[in-house]
Amino acid sequence: MTSGTTAAGKVKGFGQPGEVPGWVNYALLPLLNLVAALLVSSLVILVIGENPIAAMQVLLYGSFGYPEAIGFTLYYATNFIFTGLAVAVAFHCGLFNIGGEGQAYIGGLAIGLVALYLGWLPWPVVALLGIVAGAAGGAAWAFIPAYLQASRGSHIVITTIMFNFIAASIMTWLLVDVLIAPGQQSPESRQFAETAWLPFMHQALGWVGLRIPASPLNLSFVWALVCCVLFWVFVWHTRWGYEIRTVGQNERAAVYAGISPAGNIVLAMALSGALAAFVGLNEVLGVHHRLILGFTGGVGFVGIAVALMGRNHPIGIVLAALLFGALYQGGSELAFDFPSINREMVVVIQGLVILFAGALENLFRPRIEALFRRTASQPAPAA
Amino acid sequence: MDYLTLLSVLDGTLRTAAPLVLAALAGLFAERSGVVDIGLEGKMLAGAFAAAAVASVTGSPWLGLAAGIAAGFALSMVHAYASVTHHGNQVVSGMAINILVSGLTPTLAFAWFQQGGQTPLLQQGERFDPITLPFASAIGDAVPILGPLYREVISGHNILVYAAALAVPLTGWIVFRSRLGLRLRAVGENPSAVDTAGISVAKLRYQALTICGALTGAAGAYLSTAQGAGFVRDMTAGMGYLALAALIFGKWRPGPTLAACLLFAFADAVQIRLQGVDIPGIGIIPVQFIQMLPYVLTVFLLAGFVGRAVPPRAIGIPYVKER
Repeated sequence: MTSGTTAAGKVKGFGQPGEVPGWVNYALLPLLNLVAALLVSSLVILVIGENPIAAMQVLLYGSFGYPEAIGFTLYYATNFIFTGLAVAVAFHCGLFNIGGEGQAYIGGLAIGLVALYLGWLPWPVVALLGIVAGAAGGAAWAFIPAYLQASRGSHIVITTIMFNFIAASIMTWLLVDVLIAPGQQSPESRQFAETAWLPFMHQALGWVGLRIPASPLNLSFVWALVCCVLFWVFVWHTRWGYEIRTVGQNERAAVYAGISPAGNIVLAMALSGALAAFVGLNEVLGVHHRLILGFTGGVGFVGIAVALMGRNHPIGIVLAALLFGALYQGGSELAFDFPSINREMVVVIQGLVILFAGALENLFRPRIEALFRRTASQPAPAA
Repeated sequence: MDYLTLLSVLDGTLRTAAPLVLAALAGLFAERSGVVDIGLEGKMLAGAFAAAAVASVTGSPWLGLAAGIAAGFALSMVHAYASVTHHGNQVVSGMAINILVSGLTPTLAFAWFQQGGQTPLLQQGERFDPITLPFASAIGDAVPILGPLYREVISGHNILVYAAALAVPLTGWIVFRSRLGLRLRAVGENPSAVDTAGISVAKLRYQALTICGALTGAAGAYLSTAQGAGFVRDMTAGMGYLALAALIFGKWRPGPTLAACLLFAFADAVQIRLQGVDIPGIGIIPVQFIQMLPYVLTVFLLAGFVGRAVPPRAIGIPYVKER
């Protein structure tokens, strides 16, 4: 997160741009944060009584070591690109959206309803309608906390968390009482018509003659990359993006410039909710082909880590999403190979990344900057 | 609803309110000193796990409580290190703690106890047992109305409930009558004035977060060793956020915050009663809707339908000395 994204960050924003080369800010610092997080995670693995180096090897092999694993890694990364972009667009407006989980849930519900009731249409139409419906659902779920923040000053962090719980309750009710497939025990909707499924990547590439191993990776990955481009254009090359960033950097300056903070808070959060909703495209329309309980599985929270590590930039977010995709895929391998490690180990790493890349961003930065100031100023007198 | 049912609802209210009160008071200390603490949830969860694990291994709930407090304290220090020493974003730091703990507790429980991310069920003597206050049954039978109230609602809680009740006036005294409290409030409103007076802003905030960590740890210990009988993953279920909402709704004052906690707890006690009950004219409300009552209530309260809350002025802003 750059200094201007929150009110709290302003204190150290003095003379920040141009202090260090871009690659330090966008590559070296995130890398240092990651290394710190992995070191502490290794300590946890040591405490548990396993060998951290062996565990990291399994993690790496499990995520990139063989072709199917890469497919799985990219499939997880798809979710994290969506939620990372979602958190990032809110960050640009100075907001901390931790409701990605609920927004993805409700957005996924909307996508699922489209597939359930309009599933007789060909898949490109279903996918297109799903994108529209999902975006609307996710945006609507983010709209209420955003509106309350903008108009009543209700703490958006708490209200979005509450909306996560409320979304979970509503989904449980819908799946247990309403959408449950007749004659079935587990709370799931019926399966969508096969023609409505979003094609898997191995199918889609098969059409053009490329053969890759089967994995849950599907065409929503392509849409995730498209969203990255759209995000970049929107945030840095449109008037709306400019206004959102202005509000995020300095709300008072925005007011003097005639920019409405309230309107931009609502707009940024609605976009954030819409982006988070596309998790449903991947999970519901692409993989499960039915509505199930808890298909979001914490991806909204991973988005925070991804946005922080990716410095709120699409390229950074894709890289961070790949990292977390690898962690999730490798993590299941890890849990399989080590009897005393379970999948929550990945959540530990995720929390540590948020701690080091977000809250402790000033741990390494001043020292690195000082280092670069020194090396940068040394040649000057000689010249 | 007859009188005895009402008493049992009130009894349940106190039971649920105790950890909320402890956590909300913890938040009060942190936020009065100018540090936002979204991490109450995670610290409670860590306290719950540490208390249950130690109580289960040693057989002593008191050692469990100490461990819970230590866990809360340790995480509070992480928060202080990030947000006071390194001027980090306080909300992000709190969230990092929440996510870290939600992963760390089941990981450790899984590795140490091999019960799928839980701690073993605590036996008799490893938990805080209910205390029957003097003459509870005698007064309960002899005095009408108030007697049963004393026997059913006031008496028969574990020691942590009474400790939570005591913590409210104590917090009020510390914050509004003691020197430390005066300084804490000052550092939350105008840290540079405190700094000018020659008092260390960072030290005060560390002190506030120390108290905060201890209280959240105790709140967590209550969940796993008094109310429940062992640690279950994510057993706080948003209670830390509810406590924070109660704190905001209580306008950062101990008395009103207690009232807000009691309101949340009452909503929870009623929701348990309402499950599966056929309400005339409405029918049976689906259990999921009843369960989300406290969360919806939180949003309503935060939406400021009861007046705007004015937080401490310097809240959330790291203090950096001018150079």
